[in-house]
Amino acid sequence: MILTRENLINLILAAALLAIPLIANAAGQPFYITLATRVAILALAATGLNLALGVGGLVSFGHAAFFGIGGYVAGILASHSFSGEPVLFGLSGTNQMWIIWLVAMALAGVVGLAIGAISLRTSGVYFIMITLAFAQMVYYFAVSWPAYGGEDGLSILVRNQFPGVMTMVPMNFFLICYVILLVGIALFAVIRASRFGAALQAARQNEVRVATVGIQPYRIRLTGFVLSAMITGLAGALFADLNRFVSPSMLSWHMSGELIVLIILGGTGRLFGPLAGAALYVAFEYALGGITERWQFFLGLILLLVVLFARGGLVGLLAGKAKHG
Amino acid sequence: MTIALALEQLLNGIQLGVMLFLMAAGLTLIFGVMGLINLAHGSLYMVGAFACAAVAAWTGSFWIGLVASLVAAAAAGAIVELAVIRRLYDRDHLDQVLATFALILMFSEGTRWLFGSFPLYLDIPPLLQGAVALPGGTEYPVYRLAIIAAGALVAFGLYMLISRTRLGMRIRAGESDREMIGALGVDIRTLYTVVFALGAALAGFAGAMVGAIQSVQVGMGEPVLILAFVVIVIGGIGSIKGALLGALLVGVTDTMGRFLLPKLMVLFVPPAQAGAIGGAVASMLIYIVMAIILAVKPRGLFPPAHA
Repeated sequence: MILTRENLINLILAAALLAIPLIANAAGQPFYITLATRVAILALAATGLNLALGVGGLVSFGHAAFFGIGGYVAGILASHSFSGEPVLFGLSGTNQMWIIWLVAMALAGVVGLAIGAISLRTSGVYFIMITLAFAQMVYYFAVSWPAYGGEDGLSILVRNQFPGVMTMVPMNFFLICYVILLVGIALFAVIRASRFGAALQAARQNEVRVATVGIQPYRIRLTGFVLSAMITGLAGALFADLNRFVSPSMLSWHMSGELIVLIILGGTGRLFGPLAGAALYVAFEYALGGITERWQFFLGLILLLVVLFARGGLVGLLAGKAKHG
Repeated sequence: MTIALALEQLLNGIQLGVMLFLMAAGLTLIFGVMGLINLAHGSLYMVGAFACAAVAAWTGSFWIGLVASLVAAAAAGAIVELAVIRRLYDRDHLDQVLATFALILMFSEGTRWLFGSFPLYLDIPPLLQGAVALPGGTEYPVYRLAIIAAGALVAFGLYMLISRTRLGMRIRAGESDREMIGALGVDIRTLYTVVFALGAALAGFAGAMVGAIQSVQVGMGEPVLILAFVVIVIGGIGSIKGALLGALLVGVTDTMGRFLLPKLMVLFVPPAQAGAIGGAVASMLIYIVMAIILAVKPRGLFPPAHA
């Protein structure tokens, strides 16, 4: 890895995310560990979206669907594991995180395949609105389906288990999320640098050329969209375990908007953009929330100014313009 | 199930459709002329409802409130256009989505700041209170019929405005070739502001009308906004005719689906589950309809010819 300015910033970001909870742990301030865990999980969700949005140029306004599906997988499997009733066809629930992660990714992937297959027939504004509409469909389904709490959501009584780790200890759970985030970011880098990633970027830049060299843009995009949904779904499962609660708000269109905001704040298509964005977002939320009850107003104002005047996001601001590959 | 009940639900569906049309017309006009996707359109709907409720409470007259809603929404639209939206026409859709998302946060929190978190209530004006008898013996509120009539009137007025006036001619010209009409000496920037304010006024009007049958609260515009998106996607983005048909289709499908599906489900599953399954499917019905339409016609039912 060449030590460019961007790589240096990435290293600092990754180190800082690890250092803050370690310091907080030593100082006996578990609240900051939770905050850092939140950053890690949101960054993972946004990394998933970054694959579709940043690399593939697919502005999905419906990624909350996958985030929420991951969350509901964690909640539903855990509640069945607790009650002992089978989920479907005699399959029992589980409180093992790694099984939950796999199921969350699989289900998010399948739903992503269905949504992507229809939405990717369109492009531009249509794509934005259709992904939004499908996410709303999942949202309303969750609200009106009474079996798992409906509008009130579903609590996870005890955080799910990971072999050999006490997950209820905040620091342990943070480390799990941190490692998964790093794996997710590494995966993002590998995918982006692969032949597939090159095709996905090319499909964003010039669809006709991609088609003329014999690659179907539709298939490439659909694959990218599904991978993106799976990563975001995994983050959703972690998010439900962090809060030990899942509700339709994870599926709401505000969540989809927030995920896009994270990417833009950090820098679109940048490897560590989602992490920078998530850190900035949670910091804003926390700092502004401490100053004024009306923090959403100022968050909106800051976001507006970033969109209008600082389009490269935080990473762009610090590391300069992205090199086009 | 009686025919009268079905008729009542059908009217409710048409009423929802008419309101959706007022929202969708503004959205689709703004997209058609300026190429802009405006998420904050739901906020303008909310501004209209709040202006109407506040002024009606202050003056005691719903009608003054209604005028205030038009003025407030159009003014808010014009200010937002001048301050923010104008910088977004040359940007990609992602920037437009984000900037207008930011505007929603500001509008919602700003309204909560001004009016507090409690919903306001707006009374139906005395002239339109009461109910009329429907064939079959049930009664239907006059006010809802008045909404349908007002919506139809606005739709007709909009049609006349766009097809018969000089402003309408410029709007149509702006849709087909914005550089050319600029070159021909039309002040395109003012035209954009006017179109945006017009769309905002339509949204504000819809908000005020609906405000009298629902509570007026922060966030009321968002569900309507998303339904309006479904409408214009079904109808073809940029097409007013598509918006009208799409709105009626969505309004009637949604209302009748919620009414009929639970009853239909009784035929297949035990009654205890029929309500839940029927309700859940009904809440997804319009999205399923949208998916089917898009699977067949990816650009909607009436895609604009030049796009």
